[in-house]
Amino acid sequence: MADAGLLRFHVPEPEVRPGGTPDFSNVTIPKAGSVPRPEIDVDPRTIRDMAFSIIRVLNRAGEAVGPWAGLLSDDELLEGLRHMMTLRSFDARMQMAQRQGKTSFYMQHLGEEAVSCAFRKALALGDMNFPTYRQAGLLIADGYPMVTMMNQIYSNEADPLKGRQLPIMYSSKEHGFFSISGNLATQYIQAVGWAMASAISNDSKIAAAWIGDGSTAESDFHSALVFASTYKAPVVLNVVNNQWAISTFQGIARGGSGTFAARGLGFGIPSLRVDGNDYLAVHAVAKWAAERARKNLGPTLVEYVTYRVGAHSSSDDPSAYRPKAESDAWPLGDPIVRLKNHLIQRGVWSDERHTQAEAEILETVIAAQREAERHGTLHAGGKPSARDMFEGVYAEMPPHLRRQRQQAGV
Amino acid sequence: MPRRTMIEAIRDAMDVSMARDERVIVFGEDVGFFGGVFRCTQGLQAKYGKSRCFDAPISESGIVGSAIGMAAYGLKPCVEVQFADYVYPAYDQIVSEAARLRYRSNGDFTCPIVVRMPTGGGIFGGQTHSQSPEALFTHVSGLKVVVPSNPHDAKGLLIAAIEDPDPVIFLEPKRLYNGPFDGHHERPVTPWSKHELGEVADGHYTVPLGKAVIRRPGAAVTVLAYGTMVYVAEAAAEETGIDAEIIDLRTLLPLDLETIVGSVKKTGRCVIVHEATLTSGYGAELSALVQENCFYHLEAPVARVAGWDTPYPHAQEWDYFPGPARLGRALVETMEA
Ligand SMILES: Cc1ncc(C[n+]2csc(CCOP(=O)(O)OP(=O)(O)O)c2C)c(N)n1
Ligand SMILES: [Mg+2]
Repeated sequence: MADAGLLRFHVPEPEVRPGGTPDFSNVTIPKAGSVPRPEIDVDPRTIRDMAFSIIRVLNRAGEAVGPWAGLLSDDELLEGLRHMMTLRSFDARMQMAQRQGKTSFYMQHLGEEAVSCAFRKALALGDMNFPTYRQAGLLIADGYPMVTMMNQIYSNEADPLKGRQLPIMYSSKEHGFFSISGNLATQYIQAVGWAMASAISNDSKIAAAWIGDGSTAESDFHSALVFASTYKAPVVLNVVNNQWAISTFQGIARGGSGTFAARGLGFGIPSLRVDGNDYLAVHAVAKWAAERARKNLGPTLVEYVTYRVGAHSSSDDPSAYRPKAESDAWPLGDPIVRLKNHLIQRGVWSDERHTQAEAEILETVIAAQREAERHGTLHAGGKPSARDMFEGVYAEMPPHLRRQRQQAGV
Repeated sequence: MPRRTMIEAIRDAMDVSMARDERVIVFGEDVGFFGGVFRCTQGLQAKYGKSRCFDAPISESGIVGSAIGMAAYGLKPCVEVQFADYVYPAYDQIVSEAARLRYRSNGDFTCPIVVRMPTGGGIFGGQTHSQSPEALFTHVSGLKVVVPSNPHDAKGLLIAAIEDPDPVIFLEPKRLYNGPFDGHHERPVTPWSKHELGEVADGHYTVPLGKAVIRRPGAAVTVLAYGTMVYVAEAAAEETGIDAEIIDLRTLLPLDLETIVGSVKKTGRCVIVHEATLTSGYGAELSALVQENCFYHLEAPVARVAGWDTPYPHAQEWDYFPGPARLGRALVETMEA
């Protein structure tokens, strides 16, 4: 169209809005097993196309195929399934507890369970994650007690964070889980710094940075890529692309770059995309990236292609901005169903055992919940004291805070 | 006159401004299609199109930085930062750029932008949805800082801010969005539809920047408040039976010193209240000004009631929040001093 040279302002739009028919036909899904697995010391320039593909292991028949398959034993896979089911069950209970007024806020992982659960298994003791609020699978898969998580969610008397933090903003150095900030992207560059420190100290530990698709727009994401690239920091740079950032579709943060993984290419960082709903693929790619970091080969950027099935948080209602059935149309399926089918296909699992496991897990979660609730919930029962509010601002309480605490009479 | 919530009043201010002036542009995170997480921009994209109301990437420095560029071109951006707690990535753009553009270019370039953001606590939002960073902006030469306390003022002040030739930080106390909250969290909040300040005229009007208002005339003590604390002060005056004169500052910078000084000279006593942390808070500035201008009329030390000097806690929200009981104690002490 001739427009006499007048400029036009461009704003990207998602394919479909509420009322429309969900359509992911524009999302190209390569066949499982079709993406090669390079050596970890590969020249990054030769694998640039991997930033535009999707590494997948599980095919439609539930078989594990291709060069990224074969790393996990039956027991490890069964454990992985249990972790994902636990996280889902935990989320459902805590989401309900929030609705019942037992806490102020909750964020769930529905549909994204494979990402954090499988990733954790690729790290070693002492490695450090710098997670966002949607990676509780890192804790579940590391055996962090659910009761402790719930105590934090309830801000009760047993909350390890003394009621100071918003629900789900956990922290556990012991479990390689850096304190969640809530300010997006800030921790991405901190992960790089932690990794640089490990290299400076000639240690063997590596770091993992976490960010959502939307948050990659923050400057801290780009700072992290520069530092990681310049110092070849031993860090895995994870981008969880769940298609949405609250009401904003991923195209607003991605712009013209094609994929989030491709952001790494300009920095010379090997950049991979992986099927985030495929436990085996996530684990295999995480292992590859972790090994690179540990062998002094530097950072890897990994984009997990997944879908946020639930609302952004307990304060959000997605029906206002995306079709209700969009998650059903998501072409990469459900991570739990896919691993379940694979295990059945392997002959080590069955529908009956799955149903039974579901019930067992629910029971465990409910038992943990009961125990946590004995210590109180946000508005009832045992609470952290008002004294706790004044502690921990500094290593040693300065006189002005001491005075204020006195004034508060606590 | 129609009654509106503060959200509706703020939306109406942008609507009226966009209709009157094509240069007014609205954007921010989740602001376009969805209409903002607090729904302050709902319907604006449908009405004015995607070139005038749109979703921004999650980059506060990008949002404010691009707004500055647009303002330099000649537009009048009114941008939203989703929570005041998330403004810090934009702080450099605000402090080093927006605030100084007129000065350093001797008026060759100017920066008529408005940066709106929800502020304050009371919603169990923990440390990342509760902060009151106004003093970080009043400390910066070149910025104006506005904190409305009701729908009528919010609309008039926002229109004035959009029409202002300089950058304005517009802090919206989120606990007031749906009703005048007085700190009594155990009671239901009266909705704005039942409050006279919920009356918001249709069409264009302004509440001038730099003009305070006396919300409750009184003879015993002057209370300087803004935002949510205006209602906390009203509750404290009523509960202590102290005849306080409550001034709603509305604009922190420029400040209506005349109204403050007139009142304190009359009452001889002054209590300052804000939700932000005490140390180096805006109350320190107010206290110094009162002391400089009213010293010989003061019958008691100027008192400050503020948030404790800790990050905003989650579970201990009501121990932290300076409610009517804490302010009431300060009023009594000031009367007895
Ligand atoms: C600096 C900052 N800006 C804005 C927000 C508000 N906010 C919280 S989550 C979110 C969306 C993040 O989306 P994405 O990065 O895709 O992660 P997801 O929630 O999808 O996991 C926004 C805008 C914030 N927490 N911090
Ligand atoms: Mg996302």
